[in-house]
Order: sequence, then C-alpha cells, then structure tokens
Amino acid sequence: MDPEVSAVRLTVWEAVHILSSSEDGGRIFCTLGSLKRYLGETENSALPEEQEEFARIHFSTFLRCLVGKLSPDWLELLPDGQMEELWASFFLEGPADQAFLVLMESIEGAASPSFRLMKMARLLARFLSVGRMAAVMEGQCRQQAGPAFPLLQETLLTKVVGLPDLLGNRLQQENLATFFPQNYFPLLGEEVLRVLQVVVDSLRGGLDCSVSFLSQVLGKACIHGRQKEVLGVLVPRLTVLTQGSCLWQRVCWCLVERVPDWAMEAVLKGFVEAAPGPEVLSRLLGNLVTKSKKAQFVMTRKLLFLQYSCTMPMLQSLLGYLAMDSQRRSLLMQALKELLETWGSSSAIRHVPLVQQCYVSKAILICLAHLGEAELRDSQDELLASLMEGVKSRLDSSLPPVRRLGMIVAEVASARIHPEGPPLKFQYEEDELTREMLALAMPQPTADGPSEAGPSFAPVSGETPDRETVDRSGPQVGPEGSDSELDSDDEFVPYDMSVDREQRSSKAPSYVRGCLEALTGSEDWERWEAALRALEGLIFRSPAATQEVSVELAKVLLHLEEKTAVAGFEGLRQRTLVAVTVTDPARVAEYLTAQFYALNYSLRQRMDILDVLTLAAQELSRPGRLGKAPQRGSPDPGSQPGGAVVPAWRAVVEERVRRKTRRFSKGSVGRAPAVGPNEFNSVAGYFFFPLLQHFDRPLVTFDLLGGDQLVLGRLAHTLGALMYLAVNTTVAVPMGKALLEFVWALRFHGDAYVRRGLLSAVSAVLLSVPAERLLADLLDELLEARSWLGDVAEKDPDEDCRLLAVKALLLLEKLRDKLLPLSSP
Amino acid sequence: MAAPPLPPPDPQFVLRGAQSAVHALHFCEGAQGQGRPLLLSGSLRGLVHIWSLQTRRVVATLDGHGGQCVTWLQTLPQGPQLLSQGRDLKLCVWDLAEGRNAVVDSVLLESVGFCRGSVLAGGLQRWMLAVPGRGSDEVQILEMPSKTSVCSLKPEAQARPGMPMCLQLWQADSSPRPLLLAGYEDGSVALWDVSSRKVCSRVACHTEPVMGLDFDSQEARGVSGSAEKTLAVWSLDEQQALQVRGTHVLTNPGIADVKIRPDRRILAAAGWDHRVRVFHWRTMKPLAVLAFHSATVHCVAFAADGLLATGSGDQRISVWSLYPCT
Repeated sequence: MDPEVSAVRLTVWEAVHILSSSEDGGRIFCTLGSLKRYLGETENSALPEEQEEFARIHFSTFLRCLVGKLSPDWLELLPDGQMEELWASFFLEGPADQAFLVLMESIEGAASPSFRLMKMARLLARFLSVGRMAAVMEGQCRQQAGPAFPLLQETLLTKVVGLPDLLGNRLQQENLATFFPQNYFPLLGEEVLRVLQVVVDSLRGGLDCSVSFLSQVLGKACIHGRQKEVLGVLVPRLTVLTQGSCLWQRVCWCLVERVPDWAMEAVLKGFVEAAPGPEVLSRLLGNLVTKSKKAQFVMTRKLLFLQYSCTMPMLQSLLGYLAMDSQRRSLLMQALKELLETWGSSSAIRHVPLVQQCYVSKAILICLAHLGEAELRDSQDELLASLMEGVKSRLDSSLPPVRRLGMIVAEVASARIHPEGPPLKFQYEEDELTREMLALAMPQPTADGPSEAGPSFAPVSGETPDRETVDRSGPQVGPEGSDSELDSDDEFVPYDMSVDREQRSSKAPSYVRGCLEALTGSEDWERWEAALRALEGLIFRSPAATQEVSVELAKVLLHLEEKTAVAGFEGLRQRTLVAVTVTDPARVAEYLTAQFYALNYSLRQRMDILDVLTLAAQELSRPGRLGKAPQRGSPDPGSQPGGAVVPAWRAVVEERVRRKTRRFSKGSVGRAPAVGPNEFNSVAGYFFFPLLQHFDRPLVTFDLLGGDQLVLGRLAHTLGALMYLAVNTTVAVPMGKALLEFVWALRFHGDAYVRRGLLSAVSAVLLSVPAERLLADLLDELLEARSWLGDVAEKDPDEDCRLLAVKALLLLEKLRDKLLPLSSP
Repeated sequence: MAAPPLPPPDPQFVLRGAQSAVHALHFCEGAQGQGRPLLLSGSLRGLVHIWSLQTRRVVATLDGHGGQCVTWLQTLPQGPQLLSQGRDLKLCVWDLAEGRNAVVDSVLLESVGFCRGSVLAGGLQRWMLAVPGRGSDEVQILEMPSKTSVCSLKPEAQARPGMPMCLQLWQADSSPRPLLLAGYEDGSVALWDVSSRKVCSRVACHTEPVMGLDFDSQEARGVSGSAEKTLAVWSLDEQQALQVRGTHVLTNPGIADVKIRPDRRILAAAGWDHRVRVFHWRTMKPLAVLAFHSATVHCVAFAADGLLATGSGDQRISVWSLYPCT
C-alpha cells in the first residue's frame, strides 16, 4: 500500500506545486485533469483505494489551494471559461461535506467585497442548486455513528443551518436570493426529504442508516425559528408519503424521536402547526409522547399550561393526537384533570390573563369532546369537584367575560361529566366567543381515530338520509308556495311591522301624585304600567309637584318590582329615578346614599342606587341644562349649605376656577358652548360623601370588603364618575382628598374590577381637581398614589388595570409638565 | 330573506285643518280637468272639505249637514256631483261644477244609524242608491235622481240580523241584475238580489257588528272588518253562495273601514287602535302597519293612481304612497 499511497500524495503535491507556480494555462489544465480521475466518474478513473485516500486526506488541502489561486487573471489562462468550469467541478463533484466546509470556510475568510467572495458565493449557490446539500447530509446518514465524528458533525450542523446568516453577514447588500432564509430553508426541507427518500430506499435494500443528523438539522432549524419554512415543505410531503407506507412512518417517527431535547419544543410546535389534523399528526409523530419525556412535557404541559399562543386548529390537532391512541388517552385524561384544576383555581382566575383563561377553557372543551363517557365516569368525582369549585369562583368574579367563561364551560362540562344529573343552564348572551366555544364542544367526526371510525361514522351516515329527506321536502314546499304566488305581486316587500303592538286601554295618570298612587296601591296592572311610563315626563313637566313628594317617589321607585312583564322595565325605572333625583337633588341624593348602606336591600338595588346617582350627577353637571328647562331655575329649598346664599361669589369663584382649569374638550371651539353654572356644584357633597362613610363597616346582609366585591367595584367606579363630574366645583378638592384616601385603603384589593374602579377614580381626581390645589393640598397622597400606579402599571395581571394605571401616570406627567414652568422661576 | 325589513313608511304628506275628527274620505278624479285629483273629507262637525292635492290646501268647504257628522261621501261618474250623507238624516246631492258648491237635491233618511250608503251608477242619467231604511233592519233602494223608492229589503223575520252596518251595491259583468252586499249588526254578511228582493246567501263572518266591507267583483271575493280582532275574507261562488275563505287575526280589535285598491292588489284596513294595516289582497300577507295617527282611524280611501288617504279622530288626514300601481 505504501508506494501507492505515496503515489497519490506525490501527484497531489506536484499538482499543488504546479498550481502555485505555473502561469501556463495548458499545463494547469492537464494537471487538474489528471487529478480529476481521483474523483471517479471518468473512464480512466483511479483505483478505489486511491480515490478513497484522495478524498480522505488530500481533498480539502487541494481545494484550499484551488481557492487560493482564484483570481480573474488565473481564470483567464484558458479561453471560454474552461478553467472556471474545471475549477468548479472539483467542488461540485468531490466529496460534498468537505467541499461544503471549504466553501464556507473560504467565504468566511475572504475579504469582504471581493472578486473571490462573489465567485465563491456563486459557486455555493450552484452547489445548493444541484442538490449537493442532500449529498452532504446523506454522507452523515450513511456513516455509522461513531465517536470519531461528533466534532465534524457539529461543525457541519452549524454551517448547514447557519448558512443564511453567514452569507447575509458576508455579502451584505450583494446577497443572492438563494441564501435568503425564506428561500434557503424550504430548499433545506426539500433536501432533507430527498435524504429521507435515500434512507428509506437503502433500508429497503437492507442497509443500515441513521437519521440523527437530519433530526439535528431539523431541530436546529426549528430553534432558529424557521419551523414554518422547513416544516411547511416537509410536513405536507411526509403526510402523503407516510399514508400507505409503514417504513416511511417508522423513518418519520425515528426522525422526530432523534431530535435532541433542546430542540424538541420547537420541532413539536412546528409539527402541530403544520399538520392539517390530528390523524396526520398521529401518523407523523407516532407514540412519541410515551417515549420521550421531553416530548410529553411539551405536549401535555408546555403547550397547554405555560403558553397560550396556539391557534384553535393547533390545539385541536394536539388534543386530537393525544386522543387517538389508547396509550396516549391516559395522558389526555390527565391533561383534562390538570386543565380543570387550573381552570378552577381561584388564584389563577385572579392572576392569569383573560386570554389564557379563555385558552384553557377552550382546551377543556376540546378534551371533553374527545373523551368518551366511560372514561369520564371513571374520574367523575375528581372532575366534578374541580369543575364545581371553578364554576363557583368564576361566577363570583366581577368581570363579565370571566363569568361567561364559567357559564359556558360549566354547561358543557357538567352535561358531559355528569350526564344523568339535571343539566346546568345559564343565561348568557350569544356572541362570537360563545358560538366558537360551543362549536368546539361538539365532537368532530373527523377527529376520531381510525379505531373509532366505525361507530363514529355510523350515526353520521344515519343522519344524512334524514337531512336529505328534509332537503327534499323543502323544495317540494317551495314550488307549491310559489305556485300560488306565481303570477305577480311578489315584489311587494313588507315593511317593518314591529310597531304593531297591543294597545293599552287604560289611561295613564296625569299628575305625579296620581302616578304615585297607581304605583303603590293599584292592582290594575295596565294602569300601573301606564303610570310608570308616564311618570318621567310628568316629573319634568311639573318639578314643583315632584319636589313635594320627591323622597316618597324615590322610595317607591327604588322598591318597585317588575310585577308584570313590562318591556324595558329596568330602563324605565332607572330613567324615572334619575328624573326624580335631578328634580330634587339634595333630598333624594341624601335618601339614596343613606339607603345604599341600609339593611335589607338586594345587591341589584344597591347597584341601581349607584347608577342613578351617577346618571343624575351627569345630568346636573351638563352645561346648558338650564337653557333647556328654564323653569328649573326656581331657587332650591334652603336645605343645602351653599345653595341659597348669594350666588355672586360663586360665580366669581367658578370663573376663577374655570380660568385656571384645563379644558379637555377641544371639539366645541366652533360653536359657542352652552354656559351656565354647574348645578352639580351645590349638591355634589350630598352625592359623594355619604357613599364614602360606611364602606368598611359590614352589615349582616352586605359586606363590601367581603363577598360583595362587585358592588365595591361599582362603588369605586361611581365615586370616580362623581369626582369627574364635579370638575369646576368648589367641593372638588375635599372630594379628591377623600377619594384618594379611599383608594389608598383599597389599593391592594384582589379583584380586578375593584382595582379598575380605583384607578379610574385616581384619574378622575387628577382631571377634576385644579393643578395648584393638587400640589398644595394633596401632595403626599399624590406621591403615594404615584408609586402605587407605577407598580400596577408594571405588575398587575389584568390588562385593563395596567392600561388604566398608565393613563393615570400620563396624567400625572402632564400635570408635572404644567406645573414645572410655574415653580421654576 | 336575510335582508332586514324596510323601516315603517312615513306618510307622503299630512292634511291638517279639518278642525274635527275626519269621518269620511273620498278621492274625486280631477273633475275640473286638473292633473291631480281632489280629496274630499267629511268631518264630525258636519263640514265637507275639498282639498287640492296639488297645493295641499282646502279649496272649498261645504256646510250642509247642520253641524252633524258627515259619514259618507261619494261622487258620481257623470258630472261633478257629490253625495254626502250626514247624521242629520239627510243625504245631500251637491253640484260642484265650475266652482259651484250648492245643494241641488237632498234625500231624507229615516235611519239614525251609522250605516253608509252605496250607489250603483251604471246608466247615464239614472243611478241606484242604497241607504238604511225606515225599519231598523231594512235597506232602502232608491232610484235617482227621481228619488223613487224601488224597494225595501227586509230580512226574514226569523233571521234577526240586526241593523245593517255597511252596504255595497254592485253588478256582475255577466248579468244586469243589481246585487247588494250588506254587513249586519250580528256579524253576518248577506248578498241580496235587489230585483227579486231575496237574500241569495248569508254567512256569519264575525261575532261582532260588521263595520266595513269591500268587494272585488272580478274575483268574486270580499273582505269585511268588524269590532272584533279579525278581518274575514269571503268569496262568492257561481251559485251566488257566500263562503268564508279565511280570517286574519289582528293585534288589536276594531276595524272602522276596509278598502281594496282599485287595481285590486292591496287592501287597507282602518283600525280603532290608531293604525292602518295594509295587506296584500290576494294572499292577505301583511305588508305594513301605518302608525301615524293618535286617535281612531275612521276611514280610508284609495285614489285611482294608488294614493291612500286615511282620516282619523286626531283631526288629521294622512296621505301615503305605498307599492305604486303598475
């Protein structure tokens, strides 16, 4: 062997020498031609041993030498680009892995914008386009995995996956389209597929192969965030190929199994995303989750609990995949239990973003759709326990979306888990989300595994004839109907006839007192309803008469129950109460606020009180109100502290306040704004302070700081609104101070709705209290509030809370900007 | 189907100034050669107003009923002659030609009821008039303008239909015999053969008095409304027998007047519930509910061009243009 070895060595050495010294094109051409026979594929190729030796020992050295010679002059030693062609052929025909490494190396090493760099880049593009990348990877698959190559494999891996980055960095603006990641990675996918084809072929031929390099390439590409490009090519093809071939399936499973743990998540997520459905996913992944701990973790925990980025089809594929095989079904059951537990945990409800709660709820519904009755019955108690706890804490929540989620999941889940029990039924409004969720809860016929295809298809096929007969009977009716209407007049489109309602016969009372009697004593329900409908108008028409009985009226209205089905009863009652309050603000507000903390009211009534106070305050503070109802200008009874005294100074103060208060409405510049004293000014105190008095004193039936957090949240919002409406009033400063104290006391409340109310109250204080007074009287409170706001803006789990806190902070900033020029001189 | 229904229609215009409840309406087809027809209205205070639909103003006011309610207005095809029936027990014939407005003749009535008369003006100079008669259940047939009483139609003793409430004279195309449809107090509708003074057929359509009826002689189908909640559609077969074809239930009880549009495509019913309901005449499909008036609608009238006028106790006349005639 020795003499032959040295013969190859000698030839190569000589060739290198000639290359480096000669300027004679013919001679170089001959030398290169003689070396070419070591690459094989020519008629007078060298002995296999010689070829092997050349490839193993001398090839990369020689290639480096070729790279070193590359220059415009050298290439022109022979005409017609023969030299270049020959030069390139060594890279394209020689052992692919070495050629690839040398190419990459020389590109890395070349001076940035240079002839050589461009030449090498073009050559690399050609290398890719003739499918040599498959050869690179194929080489790695054929090698029996041994301890000798990990370093080489590692380098290759980095270079194969990092190629677009490297080329992009080197070529900058000159980069070729082939090397753009969006082009390169699909190509890589194609190449992987070709290698897989080779692997399958050689397995059929009895040769052993390993796909672990491919798995690594896949894993690394996915880690680089290129799942879409690579798997977008790979998965559809694999879907087709694995359809009828066990061997392909095995190879595919192997490919996924060998993915290193660090890349498993990225690869699996890519697969779940790219697979069109659970069957395909099951075919491609096999029982991966039972074999790989990491895969199990990703599929059953990470994608379900730790992330919520999967789309609904992905989630359905994922859970459908778990449901398809008996070995995996236990995992699905486990997942459902854990999902329900998470769903039901009251701390999760408070601290998890709504989007994720929605995601978990949907996952539960999908799980339920996949699980059979028997399986559910086995763990009925456990599931029911966590479900019921979740329903309870969700229905307690003051956020409507959370409650809604609770209702939907409770309805669906209880029907599935406990089918023999009485069905739960909630009233909620249908919208996009509810429809989507209810659709998820329907078991999908296609989602069933092949093992269950029989029973699941049977009912479907049983249903179709029915539907057909229905369809057939439909058109039958059609022609009949249209026959009789055939000749004409069908163009007569009916108008909306919703106004055509039954007429009320009884007469409405014409006086406020009459209404009062009708509402209290009357057993004639038509009269009762007519009185209720007429009352608001009567109140506005006769304020004097209303003031005589205002408190009684408020009392009656507050206790009014809907005894007959009156359309829009709540709205009617509320509007009428508002009208009463507006007509006689001081006394009615006093009464209502006192009732808010009284015994024996329902939560509904208490919240009504708050709503009415807000709406009445809004009406009172509306500028130009007096112009609309001039008769209301009659002096108020002297029961109010500031009301009956000389209005001259008030006008002066208000003018001053107005001058120094920032106006937020910019829209009404064009037309003259309606002016007039803010009527709310004199009575704001009656609305505001009594509400603050007793919030921390629990009653037997009413505990604001305990279970009745919904009302507390509403109270906070109401106080904020009242504060906001008290803009430009003299009482705004003490109100702001009291409100900030209230906020401070409750700032760590656990309920998001309450916190939202507090945050909007802070904003209202900042908007309504004049800046100078804020700085003078409320400085400490403001500083405290500011640090709290900063905290909330960063850490609060509720998105709206964060947003509100940021808004309040912005207001504070503006305030500071406004004050700084004042204080600096 | 999925398209939302059209919003309820609004009146094309409203005529105010009758100054009392409007009880009778009639379109007079441009007798004075004007482009648009005139609208005649009769009021509770006994005045007949003539409205120009061009200017939408009162052209003339006729006072001939001594302050008693005018219940029925009708013009004759030959020349501008107007009949007005009032509750002062007088039926006046007015000459409106060339701006005149004088009573040229009057017929004394003998019934104090609300029943409106009916005319059949086939011949050129002679025409037939049906009015409630002396006896409480009689209908009197007069030949005009001679005012000779032709006959008095009195139901058989055992029938006891009560007072006649509404009348309609008509003549089938095929035969020259005049026929009379009469709605009675007991809710039945009877077909009289005037020449033989016999009831051809009688059918109980309602359980309350029939307040208004209209008949489509081409399709031999008619409709009646009563004090109750239903409209009844009935038809006449070759043997001159009336048959109830169907009833249409309304939201509120009480129909004061029913009219089929001259092109026989839609039907309007004036309701005591202040609304006018419009139906497709052939299918009785509800088409619209005209909610404009604030008091009982007493009368409806269609013009030849399809315009619909409704008169109400709220002293207003509203004019609507729905589903244009083809």
